[in-house]
Amino acid sequence: MSLWLNIIGILFGTVTVAALLIWLERRLLGLWQDRYGPNRVGPFGILQVLADMIKIFTKEDWVPPFADKPVFVIAPAIVMATVLISFAVIPFAPSIGIVDMNIGLLFFLGMSSLGVYSILLAGWSSNNKYSLLGGIRSAAQMISYEVFMGLSLVGVVALAGSFSLRDIVAAQIKMWFFIPQILGLFVFIVAGLAETRRLPFDLPEAESELIAGFHTEYSGMKFGMFFVGEYIGIILISALIVALFFGGWLGPILPPLIWFVLKTFVFVCFFVLLRAALPRPRFDQLMSYGWKVMLPLSLLNLVVTGAAVLAMNGL
Amino acid sequence: MFISALRTIWTILLHAFHKRETVLYPEQKPYLPPRWRGRIVLTRDPDGEERCVACYLCAAACPPDCISLQATEDEHGRRYPEFFRINFSRCIFCGYCEEACPTFAIQLTPDFEMGEYNRQNLVYEKEDLLINGTGKYPGYNFYRVSGLEIGGKGKGESINERPPVDTKSLLP
Repeated sequence: MSLWLNIIGILFGTVTVAALLIWLERRLLGLWQDRYGPNRVGPFGILQVLADMIKIFTKEDWVPPFADKPVFVIAPAIVMATVLISFAVIPFAPSIGIVDMNIGLLFFLGMSSLGVYSILLAGWSSNNKYSLLGGIRSAAQMISYEVFMGLSLVGVVALAGSFSLRDIVAAQIKMWFFIPQILGLFVFIVAGLAETRRLPFDLPEAESELIAGFHTEYSGMKFGMFFVGEYIGIILISALIVALFFGGWLGPILPPLIWFVLKTFVFVCFFVLLRAALPRPRFDQLMSYGWKVMLPLSLLNLVVTGAAVLAMNGL
Repeated sequence: MFISALRTIWTILLHAFHKRETVLYPEQKPYLPPRWRGRIVLTRDPDGEERCVACYLCAAACPPDCISLQATEDEHGRRYPEFFRINFSRCIFCGYCEEACPTFAIQLTPDFEMGEYNRQNLVYEKEDLLINGTGKYPGYNFYRVSGLEIGGKGKGESINERPPVDTKSLLP
């Protein structure tokens, strides 16, 4: 019974928060660009979300005649499904969370790899050169950034001695892992940005070069699903950063869930700040940055952490 | 490169405490300069008569052809428009009509709040355009400075005008 309550609560919670994120991002971008952002509809403009939803639901849901129809329809569902399934392993609080897998972290990495298919298939099935370029870019970007995304987490796993996210959070009671794993945190944030296709790394979309990249041909709620999928991805990456590096639900006075939500919120805002602040790199810069800087950094982090863990355990 | 990225992020974060550039429009009206080219009006001379002499120069100058009028005369020989119509759904607010007007009758004003739900309501007739003032040129009265003879004012009675010379007389 409580499992079903958890599932429904987390599902509706994430989707609602993801919708609210659209409003939050626009307000925050406005804040950092000396504007106000949407502030007319309802208190502080929060009903803008509702207006946007009504708009996007009543838009024509069009499939271009030149598209590969079944693949075109299924692509946006994949991105939603993979990020939502990833939430199954996130431990929100000691008693809140859907499943406690002993390979939780690997499960997340696997699901985020599957998410690439959505973008790639969307770009491919649109039968449009800009979409295809976006899809190809995303495939190259995700493959190269996933390599060190996994490697950056191995340090955390080595310190905690477990792949289970609950055990990792529990292992941070003495010290949050961002202190020994500062390098890993940095690499993970960069990889997470690339994984969610957020602004400094939004080359698959790149509206100034590729119109809208892989979702050029999408409209209506199919486009909305890519959008919501991206925002759920942000929440997912922020929640993982919190769980892996910032002690998850641990914290004084306030209840565990509140701590988790607060910390996640800070990282969500940080992601928006990165969007407001940083320009998009060129594609070759992105690739060389990934392979020549981030991969060696994560390997270095891995070696140092491994040596330290070995030394502490007395060889 | 990494340092400069961090610096950028910090600078942008500090922008949260800057003054907003946005003017919250309907509550807070923006300043419009006096020469703002907005809603077009027809002005009157200081005596309260219509300044427009229906010369059609504004209609000729108008790039989108949105001005339409019909000239007529009263019993004193004074010209005025029988109707004067501006279609503001076509008007581009270029101000050429104001430049073309020889009598300062047609003028553009600092007002742009002309939104309508019905397109037909954007067609302004003469009674919508006429105002009860002189607009930008307070003392100007065309018929007081022109040499034209109309009812109540003979030849040579205008301002800065001498009576006409009697060419048939030999007197100096």
